[in-house]
Amino acid sequence: MLKTKAGRFIFQLAAFLLAMGFVSLILLATGASPLEAYKNMLAGSVGSMRKFAEVLVSFVPLLLVTAGLLITFSAGLWNIGVEGQIVLGAIGSVWVLRQFVDSAMPPAMVILLSILSGMVFGAVWASLAGMLKTFGGVNEIFGGLGLNFVSTALTLYLIFGPWKREGVASMSGTEPLPDVFSLPQISDLRISPYALAMALVAVAIVYFILQGTYFGLKIKAVGRNIRAAYLLGIPTWQYSLYSFLICGALAGVAGALQVTAVYHRLIPSISSGYGYLGLMVAMLVNYQAVWAAPVALFFAALNIGSIQLPILMKLDSSLSGVLQGVLVLFVLLTEGVRQRFVKKA
Amino acid sequence: MNQETLLVGLAGVFAAAAPIIFAVMGETLSERAGVINLSMNGTILLTAMSGFAVAYTTNSLILGFLAGLLIGALVALVVAFASITLKQSQVAIGFVLALTCRDLAYFLGSPFMGVNGPRLQAAPIPGLSAIPVLGPLFFRQEVITYVSFFAIFIAWLWLYRTRPGLMLQGIGEKPAAAYVRGANVNLMRYVYTVIGGAFIGLAGPAYSLGVRAGWMGTISGLDGIGWIALSITIFGGWNPVRAAFGAYLFAFLQWLGLVLQPVLTQVPSQVLQVAPFPLMILTLLLVNIGNAEWVERTLAAMPESARKFTAKLLRAMRASPPAALGVPFERD
Repeated sequence: MLKTKAGRFIFQLAAFLLAMGFVSLILLATGASPLEAYKNMLAGSVGSMRKFAEVLVSFVPLLLVTAGLLITFSAGLWNIGVEGQIVLGAIGSVWVLRQFVDSAMPPAMVILLSILSGMVFGAVWASLAGMLKTFGGVNEIFGGLGLNFVSTALTLYLIFGPWKREGVASMSGTEPLPDVFSLPQISDLRISPYALAMALVAVAIVYFILQGTYFGLKIKAVGRNIRAAYLLGIPTWQYSLYSFLICGALAGVAGALQVTAVYHRLIPSISSGYGYLGLMVAMLVNYQAVWAAPVALFFAALNIGSIQLPILMKLDSSLSGVLQGVLVLFVLLTEGVRQRFVKKA
Repeated sequence: MNQETLLVGLAGVFAAAAPIIFAVMGETLSERAGVINLSMNGTILLTAMSGFAVAYTTNSLILGFLAGLLIGALVALVVAFASITLKQSQVAIGFVLALTCRDLAYFLGSPFMGVNGPRLQAAPIPGLSAIPVLGPLFFRQEVITYVSFFAIFIAWLWLYRTRPGLMLQGIGEKPAAAYVRGANVNLMRYVYTVIGGAFIGLAGPAYSLGVRAGWMGTISGLDGIGWIALSITIFGGWNPVRAAFGAYLFAFLQWLGLVLQPVLTQVPSQVLQVAPFPLMILTLLLVNIGNAEWVERTLAAMPESARKFTAKLLRAMRASPPAALGVPFERD
């Protein structure tokens, strides 16, 4: 029973209930009503079309990053550097847009170029972590973390240095780019259908790569057992690098879209923690691409739903992070318990 | 800069490094036993918040530090349970805890944000503090800084000069051999992970009741410290003394960034504050590159004289992790 799909599902349901129960206890301990908090979060995320559009705005980068991470996870790599890869994507995008501010190029062309540039910047940044790993023997977690800090430094340098706002440089970011460089939005909602489409296409491509191609099979072979893959003649270090490049490219697109569809300038926290959140989503879906979109949507809804909590209930909006984290934690723990039972049975 | 301000600045480096010392010693012990505690970044934030909150409500600094100790140990217990008993990925569980504990700290800490609470005062050691140069450098610190000096010594002594310490090295290197010699590998891993977690749990209050007194939520500037401490652990090659050197080097570089700021006016101050990170990557590269396969091949192709020198240089910098780090132990 424990090995069947139904068995797994029961354990996942239990994890969900345990997580909700645990967070409810925390809320009770702070003297807040859990029910009211959840109700406010629900209303804050799907209560109106405008709010749901905000959820989608947050869903786009999260899904892109998760899609990329599914590839690196399949190759057995912990690409924590994904956060910096988003940042570099944004920098690459702003850099191109700045070149064409007063040019005769059609804006649509410029935007496309800037997204491509973001893609390349993200991939190059990811390849640094990849090369540190394959040629330098530096674990990708530590190389990636270091590169994340460097990318933050680079952003700050650009904002306070060469790209600073006319007159006063400030944490609010660089000079906003001209309006023509914004991706078109649906009427007065903030969501761009193009951005949404790109994210959905990306996850579909990743699903196809992993399920339907020889290339994906090799990546998975490297992830399962790098020694065996090597003995079978797969150039393992190349496949590790490929997976870094793909993940970095997708994270770079996420960064470029944060610029062209959301902020229209470079800001210090342009990646907004989507990289780390994407790692959590990938873990929660057990590295299966099919579930990436629904779970990413759920996490995005939690993010947006918690924004109003400080005003409505004097609760810190980090509640969404607590909920997401506790949920993944309990899923990992119950999965461990299930495997233990399976082994004993 | 006169001698007086230089000494005060350098003494400040030892104080600023104290929390990192606790975190790095804790992580070193834990990893020596074979368990990576990746939750450190969250644990430091959570213990900083709770240590401050407890000290504020009870008006007792000691209780604040005890709270940090306890919570650090508890988080480590979750890591140990999930990875040793349930055999889940140490990296996964640690990473999730790193994020969750961070957000939990922000969520639970919001009532304590910006309030004025108790903090440690400098406790000069009578007699010793009067020694020229050494006095102001080492003996006019806060109590917790003295404890951090002591922690390095204890960790080194335990690891290299005691029998259980020798066993600890074995548990991380060759668990099967340690098992044959009568060690209960998994129990010992539990014990060292939890003790390591308690050490890490001291880092939080060392900030919030010491060098960076108070709780400021997301602008506390503590987010990221745990990841740095993790890199320093590797830089330290799982050796407490070398790790302590790394922690002091890091604190020194950050201080240098502050001092150089008025001189290097064309570089934005935010950049100088993160300057140690690229250096950290570089050192990680230097520490690890000796382990790479192509380096060995290149070395073999080098002329005799150059090879000897390069190999010696690489070996001096090199650090290899405990062989069984992250690998679950099973008896069969």
